[in-house]
Amino acid sequence: MSGGGPWSEAFARLRRDRAALFGAALLAAIAALCALVPWLLGLDPHATEPVLRHQPPSASHWFGTDALGRDLLARVLVGGRTSLLVGIAATAVSVGIGTLYGALAGFYGGRLDELLMRIVDFLYGVPYMFLVILIMLLFEDTRRGDPLPVFLALGLVQWLTMARIVRAQVLSLREREFVLAARVAGASDARILWRHLLPNALGPVVVYATLTVPAVILLESFLSFLGLGVALSWGELVAEGVSVLNPIRSYWWLLAFPSGFLAATLLALNFLGDGLRDALDPRSLP
Amino acid sequence: MTGALAVGFALATLAAAPFLPAAAIRALGGVFLAAPLVVLAGERRAAGFAAAALVAAAAGRWLPLRVLRRSTWLLPSLVLLVFVTTGLMYRAPGSPFRGERVAAPQVEAALRAQYGVPESALAFFGAYIERLLADGSLGPSLKVQGRSVGELLAPAIPVSLGLGLLALALAVAVGLALGTAAALRPRSAVDHAAMGAALLGISLPNFVIGAALMVLFALQLGWLPVAGFAGPRHLVLPALTLAAPYAAYVARLVRAGLLEVLQQDFVRTARAKGLSERAVVLDHALRGALLPVVAFLGPAAAGILTGSFVVETMFAVPGMGQWFVKGAVNRDYSLVLGTALVYAVLVATLNLASDLLTAWLDPRVRDER
Repeated sequence: MSGGGPWSEAFARLRRDRAALFGAALLAAIAALCALVPWLLGLDPHATEPVLRHQPPSASHWFGTDALGRDLLARVLVGGRTSLLVGIAATAVSVGIGTLYGALAGFYGGRLDELLMRIVDFLYGVPYMFLVILIMLLFEDTRRGDPLPVFLALGLVQWLTMARIVRAQVLSLREREFVLAARVAGASDARILWRHLLPNALGPVVVYATLTVPAVILLESFLSFLGLGVALSWGELVAEGVSVLNPIRSYWWLLAFPSGFLAATLLALNFLGDGLRDALDPRSLP
Repeated sequence: MTGALAVGFALATLAAAPFLPAAAIRALGGVFLAAPLVVLAGERRAAGFAAAALVAAAAGRWLPLRVLRRSTWLLPSLVLLVFVTTGLMYRAPGSPFRGERVAAPQVEAALRAQYGVPESALAFFGAYIERLLADGSLGPSLKVQGRSVGELLAPAIPVSLGLGLLALALAVAVGLALGTAAALRPRSAVDHAAMGAALLGISLPNFVIGAALMVLFALQLGWLPVAGFAGPRHLVLPALTLAAPYAAYVARLVRAGLLEVLQQDFVRTARAKGLSERAVVLDHALRGALLPVVAFLGPAAAGILTGSFVVETMFAVPGMGQWFVKGAVNRDYSLVLGTALVYAVLVATLNLASDLLTAWLDPRVRDER
């Protein structure tokens, strides 16, 4: 393991981490299934067959059918597209806001930093579920079930930890010699931030972003559970499965398959995130 | 006028807080901590003011500076919470008086006058703050006829709070046990099992865990009631469901904290003087490892209280979560504002408790001047 810089060293460490590799493989498999299979087999998640209501898994409907006779396999896979997309897009929003905010606080420091970080402290105390629900209400009539409001609402409440992480990084990096060198060479503040500080803070950002994706998917599934999320996501399917739980007749497949996919995805993302953290930050190893 | 004054006061306090000297922070924090007493006293104004003055003086004198600094955010943030929530509710399409049946404009105007809901969000905000300050009332519910928001929430608060505290206690107890067991023998089977369980707790959505518990304990084994609320037995499954992710998080914090503390010199000293391993861990190391857990209690309490929306819906527990969701969907402005305010005050109180506990455990915070 000679030379190659910190990124290739980290990659080498990651390749020896079996849990992280398993997570990455599982994630890739689920993403590929959701992206390709519905198209490949021409599955339609909305086609109803009233004769085949509440069918248990069978050769023609591998995951069974729901109350309207819709194919659960198609619904789980297409729902997965939505859930994964929400996770990635909302994380992108939160990374954007958090990085900018944290970089400003850390770079300019002093009273601005004090004020900005107090706001973050305060927002930590606000129950974010309120904000998400209220933001979702704004779009209720015109864009019900549309993913865009969900991306925004979830991204807007998920950037706090990202801001803290970036601030801490920038705060320690800005005193280093290479920043002084850049300043002497006449670089502007914006250039120093963008070209010198942020690239060096990338590791923790990547790690935390990987851990934000499952958190956001989880939040979206809560919203769907309350009937406020994106149309046809894993959360909505699980909510349907829970709503038909009763002591008399068991429609176990309606709960088991969406829950299984959701849980496997979240587990894979958490495995990968933990592995990345260990790989990029060797100090955190026990 | 009241509305503009309130927002101005809130913004000014927030902007000024970082620049104030310690003495001013102490005074302001104490006053804000005590201020709710005046509103709660209602009719007995004089008694309320007297009690508040006493509490303010005592808090400003004896509470740690960090706690008081956080208290300076208390009132301003409540004002801004009401302001932003009012704005968002008014921006959302629909209104409390426009339902399926289209009412004549005169009828709507009459209803608006009767319930005190003007067309403008600013006017509503001002009236709401005025009513809150004048008689400590959360106003009438706009959709549940003939009931005030206070009457609706009064029976729900103990249910939600009880559920939340039970879940918090469960989370801390289970998390401490798992984390300590894992840290005592790192990389052993026990460690892997405990951390595996923690990863499951963090990864699985609450309602999946809840559904699994429901199927197992209520439908298959029949040990516990499925849903509804008629006594403490009904709280067991919701509390377990609610506690799971936080127990997992506490377990991770305790493990990491203990592993770090166990390598410090004072632990070696304790071992060297012949203490049993049990005494070393429980009496010496755990105290240091508890700090991050205690600091996490505030955010955890906030998360548990809001997480209870989903769990309360799932298990049909008559807590406050249902009122927030119902109010938001029905555009019941007063109900939403009232629930949000009560939640915010509860969360602030629990944060305060967590801060005080941290100060008590950590001399560096306690003696900050």
